[in-house]
Formats: sequence, C-alpha cells, structure tokens
Amino acid sequence: MSASATSAESTSFAARINHPAARALIERHRLRWWEVLPWIAAIAGYFIFPGYLGFGTELLVAILFALSLDLALGYAGIITLGHAAFFGAGAYTVGMLADHGVWSEPITGLMLAALVAAIVGLLSGLVLLRTRGLTLLMLTICSMALLEQAANMAHDYTGGFDGLPNLPITPIFGVFNFNPLYNNTQYLYALAVLLACFVFVRTLVYSPFGQSLTGIRENLLRMHAVGAPVRRRLIICYTLSAAIAGIAGGLWAQVNAYVNLSSLDLDRAATVLIVLILGGYGRLYGAFVGAVVYLALEHFLARIYPTAWQLGLGILLVFIALFARNGILGLGEALWRRYGGRHKPSAPS
Amino acid sequence: MFKPMLTAFAAVAVTAGGAMTQAASAQDIKIGLVLPYTGIGAELAQQIERGMELYLKLNADAVKPYKITFIKRDSKAPNGAEAKIAVQELLTQEKVDALAGFVYSPDAIGSAPLIAAGNKLAVIENAGTAFITNLAPEFVRTSFTMWQSGYAMGEAAVKNLHAKTAVVAYTDYPPGKDSYQAFKTAFEANGGKVLDAIPAGGPGQVPDFTPFFQRAKDEKPDVLYVFVPAGDHATAAAKTYAALGMREAGIKLIGPGDITQDIKLQGMGAAAVGLITMHHYNADLNNPENKRFVAAWKKAYGADSTPDFMAVGGYDGMAAIVHAAHATKGKMDGAAAVKSLEGWKFNSPQGPIMIDPATRDIVMNEYLDEVVKGSDGKLHMKVIGETKAVKDQCKALGIGRCKK
Repeated sequence: MSASATSAESTSFAARINHPAARALIERHRLRWWEVLPWIAAIAGYFIFPGYLGFGTELLVAILFALSLDLALGYAGIITLGHAAFFGAGAYTVGMLADHGVWSEPITGLMLAALVAAIVGLLSGLVLLRTRGLTLLMLTICSMALLEQAANMAHDYTGGFDGLPNLPITPIFGVFNFNPLYNNTQYLYALAVLLACFVFVRTLVYSPFGQSLTGIRENLLRMHAVGAPVRRRLIICYTLSAAIAGIAGGLWAQVNAYVNLSSLDLDRAATVLIVLILGGYGRLYGAFVGAVVYLALEHFLARIYPTAWQLGLGILLVFIALFARNGILGLGEALWRRYGGRHKPSAPS
Repeated sequence: MFKPMLTAFAAVAVTAGGAMTQAASAQDIKIGLVLPYTGIGAELAQQIERGMELYLKLNADAVKPYKITFIKRDSKAPNGAEAKIAVQELLTQEKVDALAGFVYSPDAIGSAPLIAAGNKLAVIENAGTAFITNLAPEFVRTSFTMWQSGYAMGEAAVKNLHAKTAVVAYTDYPPGKDSYQAFKTAFEANGGKVLDAIPAGGPGQVPDFTPFFQRAKDEKPDVLYVFVPAGDHATAAAKTYAALGMREAGIKLIGPGDITQDIKLQGMGAAAVGLITMHHYNADLNNPENKRFVAAWKKAYGADSTPDFMAVGGYDGMAAIVHAAHATKGKMDGAAAVKSLEGWKFNSPQGPIMIDPATRDIVMNEYLDEVVKGSDGKLHMKVIGETKAVKDQCKALGIGRCKK
C-alpha cells in the first residue's frame, strides 16, 4: 500500500521534472557540449596562426570588452553608448601606475583596474540609472566625454592625446615576459583573463540575480510589482559590468604597453556596441561571434584593400541589419528552430 | 589597387626564383608603409605615398640596382594599437627591410617597442611629437617636430617682425601645446614677452574664435601667434582675425606653417592674405629641386593638385631609405641602416637637410613666409626670411619626455 503510494508520488515527481518548462529551468546553467568549442578554437588558433597573435590578443580584449557590455546591455537592458569610459578608466589605472613607477605587476594591476572602473561605474550608475532609454544613452556618452576631456586636460599625468608610452610591465609571475614582437605570452595571458571573467559572467547570469536582471529587461513594471529592488540590482549590474570593462582596458594597456585617449573615445564605445549587436546580445557567446566576425573581417579586408576595406564591412552591417535583427547567433537560432529543431532529443536518457 | 599587389607578387616570385643566388634577393627592398589610408587622415597618407613614389620616379638612376616594393597597411584610427598590429605583421610575416609612414604620433609611439625589438629602420614621415625618436633607436625622422617651426618663429618674431609682446592662441592638443611652448621659449629667450596663452577649443570641431581673439585683441600685443590644425580651423581663424579688425589695430597674425598647408591654402580665400607663417616647406619655394618636384607632381597627379610638406616628408623619407640601401649593400640591417643615416645630407625640395647624428631628427631650414595674392589670382607663399639648419630644440633643451 505505502510502497505503491511512494511509487505514485515518485512517478508524479518524475513527470513534473520531465515537464519541458521544468527541464529548461533545471538545465539552463548546465554546460553544453559546444561551449568548449570557442576555447578549443582559441587554443588551436595559438598553434595554427603564430604570426597573428598580436591581432589575436586584440581580439581577445575586444571579446572581453563586449562581454562586459553584454552584461549591462544584453542582460539588464541598460542602453549605453559610453562603455569606453570604464575601459579607459581601467587602461589609465594600469598605465598611470606603471608610468609613474608605482605599480607594474600585471595581475594585481588588473585587479586595481577593475576596482577603479567599478568605482567609476558605481558613482556614475547612481546618477545615470535614474533615467532610461535615449536620455540614458545621451548621459552615458556625456559621462564618457567628460572623462576623456579630463584625461586630455590632465596632460601632465595622462600624456594627453599622445598617451603614456613604453609602459614598464613586469613579467607574469615574474617569469613570463611580454615580447613586443612575438605576442605568445600576451595571447595566453589575455585568454586566461578572458576565461576567468567569462566563468564569472556565466555564473552570474544563470544565478537568481541574473534571472532578475532579465526580468527587469523584459518587464520593468512587473519586477517592481513583485517587489524586486530594481534600481539596486541595476546599479550592481552596471558596477560589475564596469569592473569587467576596466579589466579589458587594463589588459589592453598591458599587452600594448601603451595607453592613450583613444581608450576613452566614442569610436571604441561604438565599435564594441556594433560587435555585440552583430554577434547577438543577451546570449553570452554573442560577444565571441561578433568580435571574431567583425574584427577578423576588418583586419583581413584591410590587409588586402588598405584604402577600401570599410566598404566590405559596411555591406556586412547592412545585411545583418536587414536579415538578422538578433545578430548572427539570433539568425543561427532561428535557422536551428526551423530546420534542425525537430532532431533535438526531448526524452531524458 | 591591383598594380601594387601585382608588383608585390612579382617581387615574391623574383625572390623565390633567385633564392639560390644571394645577390638577386638582396636587390629587393621591401618597405612596409604604415599610413592612415581611411578616415580623415587619408588625404595625408596620399600626400606621403605620392611623395615617395615621385622620388622613385625622378631618381630612378639613384635607386638602381635596388627594386623597391611597398607593402601598404592601414593604420586606421590614431589609437596606436592598430598601427602596432600592422607593424608587427610587417616585421614578422612580411619580413620587410624597412618601415615608413606614421602620420599620427600615437601610431609611432604605440609601435615603438616593436621597432626597438625588430631591428629594422623606421622612417617617420609626419608624426611631429618631439620625443618619439627617443623611444626606439631605429627611428629616423624626415618630417619635423612641432618645436622646429615654433622655436624658429619665436626668434623671427623678435628679430624680423620686431615684436615685443605676443598672445598665443592654440588648439588644445599635443601639437598645439608643443608649438605654444616652443614659441614662448624662443620668444622670451630673445627678449619678448608672452602676455597670455589661450587654449582655443579642440581639434575635433571648429570653435567660434571670436571670444578667444577678442581677448587677445584687448591685450594689445604686437603679434598673435596661432596654432590650429590646417584647413577649416585655419580658415576660420583667419576670417575671425579679419572680422575683428585686428590688422587695423596693429596686431600681426603669425603661426607655424601648418596653418597655411599648401593643399588647404587656396580654400582659405582672401582672409589669408598677409598671414605670416614659419615652415620648412611651401610649394612656391624657389630652388631647382623644388621646381622639378612640383612640375613632376602636377604632371603626375593633375594641374590643380599640389604637394605640401607631408609629400616632402615622404620624398625625403624615400631618399633616406634608398641611401641606407646603398650604404648597407641591400642588407638593411637596422642598426647599420640607422648608422648610415646619422649625419646624412640631402638636397631636398625644401632645401638642404641633414639627419642629426645625436637625435636622428631632421635638421633643416625654416622659412618665414607671407601669404600674398599672385598675378594668377591664386594665393602664394612669399619667403621674407630664413633661419638656417634648425634643430629640434625640445631635445636640445631636454624638456619633459624629450629628456633622454
């Protein structure tokens, strides 16, 4: 009697967890088999294209920067065109400390970069995140322009437009030196930093906190109605995103041994936004796909046609805007749902 | 577009074919050109590239037996990182014999660690921040530093123009600040007094110069020294100067030759007449080399086009590389190439030039020019004074990062 009751109970439990919605919730943070592919590709790239590691390093920095923007824009829906403010804050933290002989150890340097960028993010977020939409967009550009102008005026400390050259960055763990000509160390270092930051962001977006961010993005009113502390969550998210952008900036300064005003300019902020939208925002891997496609296309087109490469890039962007509103990953998902979705195994093994 | 690619392929074929005979491959000199081929710098890149091509055309005999090939890379936005990647790939993949170009200072500064590690000659054909040549021993500059025209103007303002007081208005970025500092240093060393220095907006967009110039006018100086980027900024500055009646008030408008850049001069219109500038080159310079250069330019690129100081930077840079090729017998080892250029003298369209053995910076004449309206109705530059063999004073005086 009791045995059959238990059995009935367990069947209903099994039935419940086998419900597609339940499975989606339980499995959403599981590692999928294809999630190792980008990392295998990155390591394979190290061995296959040893001559391109300088470009590869720049690519990894761009991915990290786009990932930080994805957290704010893609997950929390904070529309910003001023993310280079944090990239620059991180870059100048590393640059000024190294140039003035205060601190040149790379790993702790990145932590300091993250800290400074987070403080900038927190302070600006407290003010900016009271607004939404276009107002927010304009204010993020303004705060970035203010920082850029401040860095220009503090010429004696920041080097102004010419920047701080030949930064003395000490070897990693005191052993692995940054060779300016062959960027093997820089590449692996950037890859390791990217992996660490990625694991953090992935954990964050699949946590209840991350889910509440998605909720805020999708339905602000309802999140207010259920009593979620919307503003506080947005500020925390913005601060964390700023910290990661700061790490990207610090990394950029370290691998180039150089920092200048371009780390704070609109060009950089716009490019990262294009990269993210191209790859697909709110998807974690959109930053990877977008950066690789956009920057690799730019790099190799510019090699072949130094004067006319922008045409090719423009055509790509027009096609993405016309046919893939959710970016390359969004297009892939749509195609998968249409043609490949029915092959997906639905029963648990 | 395809012609240089074909040449590059041909060069590769020649190298591959002649791999057995060492002599054949030594005849080829591959030069990596790092220039901003896109964006606002594209016009400057074109000037430099044409200057280099014209040297090869006009001096075919001097180039023999070497065959020069260009491998072009876009340095894109002036953030240093893009130029750095271009330099890296040129050095490690293309194995170029020399690098040339560098329009924006950050491009040269960002590439400096690689150039120091790569042991290949790198000729700076524009970037004017004075301290760059300190960053890598392979840098040689055939263009200018902002200090050269500014310092010479500071002296000439006292000696030639008999000015006792000056006000400076400058666009607030490194070339402007350098030019201001150079002018002030020389002007005050010669007994003049700078009454006021007015930062007048940024390089991005043209400000309304009226408040800045009105402030200058109220201070009643003998001269108003202006540094602004060539083109729209310079035109607006000249027009504001005229509109405020400053000439009638006895204030001369002077500046470095950047503000009367040849390719922008005609666009400035009548407002520019009477402007006095100091520069190492203008297309009207009266010497045989320049006559030949300008005539060949107009023949090759159209009667309406004109070379400017960027083109001459490219021309001289090409001459320097050819000299280094002969001196190293085509081997182009970086240290040996640089050594061969230390103290190198050349008869350029801008007059006699030399590479300073101590700083690897150019030593050249600076000309005091006045904008006049010619009989052909166009604006011309009339030389009214000359300072010979001007060195970069930033390094001579050891100011800021110029200190070794």
